[in-house]
Amino acid sequence: MHDKTLTELKAGLQAKDFSARELTEHFLDRIEARDGELNSFITVTREQALRQADAADQAIAAGDHRLLTGLPIAHKDIFCTEGVRTSCGSRMLDNFVAPYTATVVENMAREGAIMLGKTNMDEFAMGSSNETSFYGPVRNPWDTERVPGGSSGGAAACLAARLAPGATGTDTGGSIRQPAALNGVTGLKPTYGRVSRWGMIAFASSLDQAGPLGLSAADCALMLQAMAGHDAKDSTCLNEPVDDYLGGLDQSLDGLRIGVPEEFFPDNLDGAIADNAREALRELEKQGAKLIKVSLPSIKLSVPAYYVIAPAEASSNLSRFDGVRFGYRCDDPKDLEDLYKRSRSEGFGAEVKRRILVGTYALSAGYYDAYYKRAQKVRRLIRDDFARAFKDVDVLMGPTSPETAFKLGAKADDPVNMYMADVFTIAVNLAGLPALSMPSGFIDGLPAGTQVIGNYFQEGRVLNVAHRYQLATDWHLRIPGAFQ
Amino acid sequence: MAIDSRVVARVAHLARLQVDDGESEALSERLNDILGMVDQLQQADVGEVEPLAHPLEVSQPLRDDQVDEPDVRDKVLPLAPASEDGCFLVPRVIE
Repeated sequence: MHDKTLTELKAGLQAKDFSARELTEHFLDRIEARDGELNSFITVTREQALRQADAADQAIAAGDHRLLTGLPIAHKDIFCTEGVRTSCGSRMLDNFVAPYTATVVENMAREGAIMLGKTNMDEFAMGSSNETSFYGPVRNPWDTERVPGGSSGGAAACLAARLAPGATGTDTGGSIRQPAALNGVTGLKPTYGRVSRWGMIAFASSLDQAGPLGLSAADCALMLQAMAGHDAKDSTCLNEPVDDYLGGLDQSLDGLRIGVPEEFFPDNLDGAIADNAREALRELEKQGAKLIKVSLPSIKLSVPAYYVIAPAEASSNLSRFDGVRFGYRCDDPKDLEDLYKRSRSEGFGAEVKRRILVGTYALSAGYYDAYYKRAQKVRRLIRDDFARAFKDVDVLMGPTSPETAFKLGAKADDPVNMYMADVFTIAVNLAGLPALSMPSGFIDGLPAGTQVIGNYFQEGRVLNVAHRYQLATDWHLRIPGAFQ
Repeated sequence: MAIDSRVVARVAHLARLQVDDGESEALSERLNDILGMVDQLQQADVGEVEPLAHPLEVSQPLRDDQVDEPDVRDKVLPLAPASEDGCFLVPRVIE
């Protein structure tokens, strides 16, 4: 059963080929047997999953088929889940059992989804390799000496290894798309505000967005259909009608205008990565799409702008972790200041502390204009570049990541080098656009991904392009040898 | 602009983080690497450009001003590292 897509499993449940309980037990057993090699889950919620599966079987027997009825999903451990530890990959929240459930999780449960457990991630979603987790690194199922990418590394790895058929993630600078690319799965970051952030632990609030990771674009469409929509509890969640993502998947690509930004193919880009993305573009050309050269001159400044804005927002968001109301508290504080400082220093890992310090510095008196305000101005230039490009094209495409999965530890002590892993994904978050990564082949046995960026609220178009590509290719159906 | 141990100590205090003498130098180096990369922003010609804080620039919707959340003290207080008589407990602040 684990070699099937979510869409196929949905059909199997409806045809009563197997029950939701059988399906859920199958994945729980696979996690138990195989996740020791990957460390992709922080918490497995077996009993709760089986209870939800039994309820799904009753619903199916009663003819109540919803979008996700009986389908097992793995949630990133950044989403609050009532009664279940929600750690965000941090020692700070190792003991935190959420008192309420995130809207994303609730929306999917309402449509009948079953939660298998909570997936591993970079601490507070800060990282591109899943090595900053308090619970240890996740390993890439294509080569367990390599990283799965991050921060949604557990989500992407458990999907690639077929330990779960669908997963949720979050993307602040590439945290859905980069791990999707490095694991050979499909991942979509929706338009900023398309999906509620309520109950999703905040990293950089003007950039954070939740989205699905799946084996195919059709699976992502199915999950997004359940996740998306207005939520009065998140004032940045937009009150716009949700499109019929599933209904638009098959649309022809004849006449589609694909913008190819020259900045996504810089001279120093690895030739194999460039060739891989160009090959994907050729496949779409065969289906009638037209390639148009475009330029996004300001996006060369997206990494520096991001590494001011995201840490600045993080330094503010993470000030709530004070050792007083919830989370980690140090032993024997001698006074209140000692309690704050030691609880935070012992509770946060090195990368989180670095980003808090960078953000605090950028916001401090005397530096605000030079860093934060300037970064926000550059953010507008980047957004305007995209707006100009979308006057002439329907989607923009290029490689998702400048490299395939790298070795564990290769960049662990070189933050700036690590930050460059997101060089093609970060600009999309600054502009708030939807973008997807789809598997587009292999380089030396490791998956490569191609990114499809859409205009605001064009998730349907982006999914349509990826779906048509996946009808003509089978990269997304390949399973790592050790996890067949 | 170079960050040294003195700047690290000042910023760490603002962020309520404790940085031990042993880690200060290595941390300064990493922060200088990051700020060195960020300094590329100084090349940008941003003269009259308005800062952008939110990608979609939509107005914030307002909800009706009605009480709709129940009292959840019994639910959240058990999450606190220390509490007493329905209050969060911290070290004494007034002598």
